[in-house]
Amino acid sequence: MLAYIVRRLLYAIPILIGVNLLTFALFFVVNTPDDMARMQLGVKRVTPEAIEKWKVERGYDKPLLINSAAKGLSTVTETIFFEKSARMFVGDFGRAEDGRDVAREIAVRMGPSLAIALPTFILGLLVSITFALLLAFFRATAFDFWGVVLCVAAMSISGLFYIIGGQYLISKIWRLVPISGFGDGLDAWRFLILPVLIGVISGIGSSARWYRTIFLEEVNKDYVRTARAKGLPETVVFFRHILRNALIPILTGVVVVIPLLFMGSLLTESFFGIPGLGSYTIDAINAQDFAVVRSMVFIGSVLYIIGLILTDISYTLVDPRIRFE
Amino acid sequence: MMGFEIVILWSDVLIWLLVLAGIGVGVLIAKNPPLLAAWRRVGANRVGMASATILLAFIVIGLLDSMHYRLQLEGKPGQKASYAIEVLSVLDAIAMPLRTRNEKTYSAPFATRLYAKETMDVPGQGTIRDYPRLKHGGKHLGENEGDAAADAGFAAFKAMVLALLGWLGIYGVIAAVNRKKGRKIFFGERTFAWDAVLVTLLLILLIAVPLFTLSSQYHVFGTDKVGQDVLYQILKSVRTGLIIGLVTTLVMLPMAVLLGIIAGYFRGWVDDLIQYIYTVLNSIPGVLLIAAAVLMMQVVIDTHPQWFSTAAERADLRLLALCFILGITSWTGLCRLLRGETLKLRELEYIQAAQAFGVSNGRIIVRHILPNLMHIVIIALVMDFSGLVLAEAVLSYVGIGVDPSMTSFGTMINNARMELGREPVVWWSLAAAFSAMFILVLAANLFADAVRDAFDPRVA
Repeated sequence: MLAYIVRRLLYAIPILIGVNLLTFALFFVVNTPDDMARMQLGVKRVTPEAIEKWKVERGYDKPLLINSAAKGLSTVTETIFFEKSARMFVGDFGRAEDGRDVAREIAVRMGPSLAIALPTFILGLLVSITFALLLAFFRATAFDFWGVVLCVAAMSISGLFYIIGGQYLISKIWRLVPISGFGDGLDAWRFLILPVLIGVISGIGSSARWYRTIFLEEVNKDYVRTARAKGLPETVVFFRHILRNALIPILTGVVVVIPLLFMGSLLTESFFGIPGLGSYTIDAINAQDFAVVRSMVFIGSVLYIIGLILTDISYTLVDPRIRFE
Repeated sequence: MMGFEIVILWSDVLIWLLVLAGIGVGVLIAKNPPLLAAWRRVGANRVGMASATILLAFIVIGLLDSMHYRLQLEGKPGQKASYAIEVLSVLDAIAMPLRTRNEKTYSAPFATRLYAKETMDVPGQGTIRDYPRLKHGGKHLGENEGDAAADAGFAAFKAMVLALLGWLGIYGVIAAVNRKKGRKIFFGERTFAWDAVLVTLLLILLIAVPLFTLSSQYHVFGTDKVGQDVLYQILKSVRTGLIIGLVTTLVMLPMAVLLGIIAGYFRGWVDDLIQYIYTVLNSIPGVLLIAAAVLMMQVVIDTHPQWFSTAAERADLRLLALCFILGITSWTGLCRLLRGETLKLRELEYIQAAQAFGVSNGRIIVRHILPNLMHIVIIALVMDFSGLVLAEAVLSYVGIGVDPSMTSFGTMINNARMELGREPVVWWSLAAAFSAMFILVLAANLFADAVRDAFDPRVA
């Protein structure tokens, strides 16, 4: 088991290097630092001196990959690639445009992001699985038909509508909770209820429909027929045998998104003014803060790869037939 | 007679190429019995055909909006002709009153007065504060403003009667053609769901014809902050949504199909390499990769203003770039699916028989593997469409979508995001944008379901 995990971790390294090279190419080769400087300083009135100053301040004045002016090891280390891209592997993300340390900022903002994302994830999973279970239990009835119709309709509504409509109805008309903002400690719950609720509702449509098909695939399997042939009542067959077996693909399927919860949700956080990583990313995109976007791309892919590894491990844990090859 | 110059935008080229490709694929399908049978099953599906009719209506709007021209400016005779900066489309010409009759600011649907009070000088009464009359909405009523509801209702009724007559004409033609073949349209067994098509068409006509006639006298969906008609914006948004949904899949398709089949067929290091590429691309969260790429593209566009002669061309290029970026980030799923399926197919007896006969690899792939993957490709294409239309709205909201000067559902929602906070509430822009998007996406989702059921009977 341990050897398997180690091997999976080693396999992740070339992928991370690939991600790093890709973002490096995207941020520094497609556009030279000169272009970025011009963008930040305004395209029209910009002097070569101002561009040079901007580049020196941020360390973008060095050569991209090989510094022929330096000696020894520093031909490689005193370059943009090493200082801006490679250092991300050790958690050094540099500074944002406002001069703050990106790594520190990320550590601070992770909390609020998780406070929204974790309850949304768990509640959403519970509600969707329950709804899908009911649909599958009453399969081929009017309840099932209209339930699926409802799911398809819910899937077709833009996520923006749930947020804007929810804020309008619950916060503005009914005045139940504050429209946006965030508080410290336990006081935060007032601000969390609405985004979590909206997150759960907007996710039900697609996930409940997906889980329903998983349940229905399970219904026709041999072990179900055996259980019925033994004379078990339908409820026992369904809620004991089918539910447990169908949970395997559902749960292993969602494992991959668990690490990504740290990233927060771009839309929810920006609409509700939550100081998490999602709104940090959106602000950085709007302010064209390349250092922050670059860091978030890197962290996002690290988390995704962790998710993949966790998925593989969870498969082997729940299904003993899968060996650690 | 004013002259004009035809403008061909890159997205127009692609969208018409798509139409041609659609016709070509249709011809190929007609020659391929299994695919034809599957499409016949789609044709017999009532929900599928009803949603297809709605999609077709959207496509017609989009195609009308994809023929562009620039009007000639009036100049002295003998001078070299010069053309207006503004690029217009055939849709703009049809909806001319919608485009040109702008108000000062917000006005509610069917309103005859502006949304906000203004200070006005009225001769004889001095300065008063009141809601000013609209310049265009309900202008024909003159003094009888109170009759707006009755007038609009009567006009709508007349238009609906007209729509019904037109529909009866279409129905008559289709019924006559079917009767020749001895088929009934309503009731009884059908091989093609004409009933669903006709009922949907009736609904579309009953809504669209009154909207069209009323829109020349009123602002049926109101006006936005700068006084532009919301209905016009909705019509213009359709093309953007269609391009995002269709061109993106066109971009990703060759890459996904080629790499997926090659990886599954040749295995070994080729497979490792392709798997590595898509794992790397996949491991970057989609929104962030798109954000990074769009930011970079923005830098390129901003530093090369000399590439574009009109603002429309710049917005168009940005739209296409967005399609490419979305395509590059979304091909991995289909590629993985095709790789898995090819791995299964290449072990089957008929492929091994072909290999034993010495048929070349390229020929095996084209003749024996590709046709057996078509159902996966078609299902993926129609399933992706709705997701892409929804994604456009979100991306435009985040600020990494289409050019802000280009009308789309996303930019409409983005511009209207603060309107629900106003007092009184300005709801019509958001409501119109969300409902138009809902209808488009719902139709696409239902059609996708019908296609999936017809091509892949395994899934319940």
